[in-house]
Amino acid sequence: MSVLAQVVSQPEFVRPHIDWHAFAPELILLGWGALVTIVDIVGLERTRRFMPGLTGIGFLLAMVPVLTLWAQGDAFDGATLPRVLFDGAYVVDHYALVLKGLFLISGYVVVLLSTNYMAEGDYHDSEYYQLIAASVLGMLVMTSARDLVSIFIALELVSIPAYLMAAWRKRDLASNEAGLKYMLMGVFASGIMLYGMSMLYGAVGDTRLSAIGPALAEFSSSPFVVIGALFTIFGFAFKVSAVPFHTWAPDTYEGAPTPLTAFLAVSSKAAGFVGLISIILFGLPELSEVVQPLMWILAAATMTIGNLIALRQENIVRMLAYSGIAQAGYMLAPLAVYGDVPDSVQSSIVTYLLIYAAMNLGAFAVVITAARRTRSGDISSFGGMLNWAPGLTAAMVAFLFSLTGIPPLGGWWAKFQIFNALIEPGTAAGYALAIVAAVNSVIAAFYYLNVAKQMCFLPAPDGDNSPIKIPAPLNSAIALTLVFTLISGLALLVPDITNFTELAGSAP
Amino acid sequence: MQDFLDNWGITVMVFAPLVGVVAMMLLPEREEETHKLIALVASVASAIVGLLLLVNFDYDRSGVMQFARTDTWISVVNADYSIGLDGMSLPLVALTLLVTPLVIIYSWNHIPSPGNAKAFLMLMLVLHTGMLGTFVARDLVLFFVFFEVVLLPMYFMIGVWGGEQRLYAAIKFFLYTLFGSALMLVSFLALYWSTGSQTFSITGLAELVADGDVARNTQLLIFGGMFLGFGIKVPMFPFHTWLPDAHTQAPTQGSVILAAVLLKLGTYGFIRIAIPILPEAAVSWAPWIGLLAVIGIIYGALGCLAQTDMKRLIAFSSVAHMGYVMLGIATLTDFGINAAIFGMVAHGLITGMLFFIAGSVKERYHTLEIARLGGLLVQAPRMGWILGITTMASLGLPGLAGFWGEFPAILAAYQPAPGLSEELFRVYMVIAAIGTVLAAAYLLWLLQRTAFGTPSEEFEDDPHIHDTVFTEWVAWTPMLILIVVLGFVPSLIFDVTNEPASMVGEVIAALG
Repeated sequence: MSVLAQVVSQPEFVRPHIDWHAFAPELILLGWGALVTIVDIVGLERTRRFMPGLTGIGFLLAMVPVLTLWAQGDAFDGATLPRVLFDGAYVVDHYALVLKGLFLISGYVVVLLSTNYMAEGDYHDSEYYQLIAASVLGMLVMTSARDLVSIFIALELVSIPAYLMAAWRKRDLASNEAGLKYMLMGVFASGIMLYGMSMLYGAVGDTRLSAIGPALAEFSSSPFVVIGALFTIFGFAFKVSAVPFHTWAPDTYEGAPTPLTAFLAVSSKAAGFVGLISIILFGLPELSEVVQPLMWILAAATMTIGNLIALRQENIVRMLAYSGIAQAGYMLAPLAVYGDVPDSVQSSIVTYLLIYAAMNLGAFAVVITAARRTRSGDISSFGGMLNWAPGLTAAMVAFLFSLTGIPPLGGWWAKFQIFNALIEPGTAAGYALAIVAAVNSVIAAFYYLNVAKQMCFLPAPDGDNSPIKIPAPLNSAIALTLVFTLISGLALLVPDITNFTELAGSAP
Repeated sequence: MQDFLDNWGITVMVFAPLVGVVAMMLLPEREEETHKLIALVASVASAIVGLLLLVNFDYDRSGVMQFARTDTWISVVNADYSIGLDGMSLPLVALTLLVTPLVIIYSWNHIPSPGNAKAFLMLMLVLHTGMLGTFVARDLVLFFVFFEVVLLPMYFMIGVWGGEQRLYAAIKFFLYTLFGSALMLVSFLALYWSTGSQTFSITGLAELVADGDVARNTQLLIFGGMFLGFGIKVPMFPFHTWLPDAHTQAPTQGSVILAAVLLKLGTYGFIRIAIPILPEAAVSWAPWIGLLAVIGIIYGALGCLAQTDMKRLIAFSSVAHMGYVMLGIATLTDFGINAAIFGMVAHGLITGMLFFIAGSVKERYHTLEIARLGGLLVQAPRMGWILGITTMASLGLPGLAGFWGEFPAILAAYQPAPGLSEELFRVYMVIAAIGTVLAAAYLLWLLQRTAFGTPSEEFEDDPHIHDTVFTEWVAWTPMLILIVVLGFVPSLIFDVTNEPASMVGEVIAALG
């Protein structure tokens, strides 16, 4: 009997049950992405202008099973949420579904942001959209991945297309630098992370988080395991641009095409956070005594240093990059108390991610729109915007005040939830970090309001007040993000979908 | 009708201005007159509903929340849309309802440079909703949201329509207030979790704390956070430095609203939230509050004497006057709290009025430098007289409203609540009394230098200087009448505030 026949005839192998419904969002996006690629190869230049539309439709199609899973999770085909696949390595629960929705919709918004930019810049736009779709596919996988290997693969699928896209403006040195820097740092981070993961696997002998979590109880003081956990976390700290692993972010953000910057600052960062939450909450609950102080320091340093450097920025994209670093600090903060109140930590970070996505994508949408006229990223070039684009200014003011955290705009509810999670356990560390975050939100107000000041209080630098025309895709992107920012600010919808009653997925 | 008022009265009153905002948003900017009309109608509609509430208010039960309703808002944190009106909030709601329409009327021909009545009035209406909402909120989250909502319109009002230093003043105002309210939010959440019952209801929290669910040290720290939030808004010394800048740079309308209502959000927070919920901590903090209050009185008065700008002088006088209000609150007695609420209303009317006059003077003379003014009584006699009456009211002349804010507050310091040091508060009393002398000095000196004498050569034959015009009369008369009426019949307010104030006083007395 040949070796092959032996393998095939092994009686132990049972084809794992695949819950096609639970897997549908990823499959649809994969299939649609392949279809779009084929259309591109066949149609070449003739189909180029349909590419953004087609990609956008793909994202919306993939939203359909997300919604049906959410609505009929326990009735449609007998399965209940959480739907557990592959022995707990892949879980579809409310947490995963909310985030899948976030990634699909923000992917759609990024396509809207890119449409005019790419078409007018004479870039290879078909491939660009296919890469966006591939990256979003990685994010979808990330939301459900509960296994070290699938988390790693998801993260690479998110990152590798992004390395390419960061260098998309081929003839621009800044863009080349952006891509190269991002790739080198990213690969380095992945290497460290993989090393850490291998240590965790070495200790426990399993890659599933549900198995690692309880098994680590007996290893909680083993330096081997602690180093493994720290390396894994450091890898993610690069992805979410936490201080001191943030140095790539401003250069990459400034050099990359601005729509892609929005994608990096929102979707890619959120994907990093999802991985981080999954690993820490599901995989490392027993190591909270080691991980919590680390997260405390990371969070405090990230928000403080991000804010302080943002104060001095004169370029709007760099300012948003540093402000994004500071915002990442707020999102990291609840992880400093995850051992006490895991449920609140999970829902507060997801709340923040949802609202942050809307307000930051909105801010980028306005920046991209305004740059069509100013041809510059200087904050001073926004002068007099109230006169030449009053609607745009009003939208930007809403996004900025939301980022500051002023009610009734979404940002306040996000911050409220962060404070809430920090204070809930009643520990001194939680209180102290809440106060650090409170002081930081005041520092941040200064530079956000500085932009508002330029737009509303100061005259246009060139004195030209003729109104601008806003292309339809950008208009819809702004409208979409603005509506969500306002709705979430009244604390509607978001609290209901982020109220994860149990740490779903921790049980296989 | 009663049914409607009970269920919807307050909601309609608070949100009617926003309907106006939406309507104005849909109209193009050039239809200025329509915008003014819509703004006026929206604010008057709110005032009419408010008036109906005032008429139907049961004044025999002013200690009880009336027209109250509670609906679930954010169930995950048990935050409710919970509103109501009682004797403590009623005078302030009435003040807000009065001032905003008057300011809008004043704006009819006084839209400050660079124009754009649409945006200006929209911000005014948002401000109106924020202020009313803060006064009727009975839930800490709702209170916080309304408390913060006022920041945005005020920031733009100062930044777009303000004076030379407007950019600096606007950001300073914003950052100071935001700092306070961020820590205030942390305090609210600390209260939410430390009681163990997870509620944001103000009365609910007060009961839980009274049952001894929160450790004393925690109470002290939580009160400290609230103290920063409310104290900066009042503003108390040493957090007051944003106020002179904001007042001086803001357009007239902004200054009036700021003086008349916004500052009261801070003092109201003390008597509605901080003291009733944390009475024990309040007793521990009161000597310090009293100290800062009297420092504010003297410092504000000395600051006034040093000013060369009329608007800045009035701004510093606000620091001093709010010092009396805070002194009244710091005594923690029903008498002191009554005085404080009266002081808030009186200060709102009088200082609001002073800012109106300052704005009109500025419009005519294009300067507020006291040294260059003079002879207002010759050039614009009616306005000069109005200034005279208002300064008299401000320095606390009996028979005008200012007296009933100041005098009882000083008197209350003679006999503070049990548990507080009598000697200390009597010292405060003496210092505060000296403050009234200083107040007389700076206000009379102001009157003398601006209204008396003959006009300076510079303005002698200036054709722009004319007497009070129609919109000014419409905007000012109600305020002037109230200043006089409240001066003679202070019981109009004391009767309403007495019951809720004594409820607070009793809680404190029970501790001592």
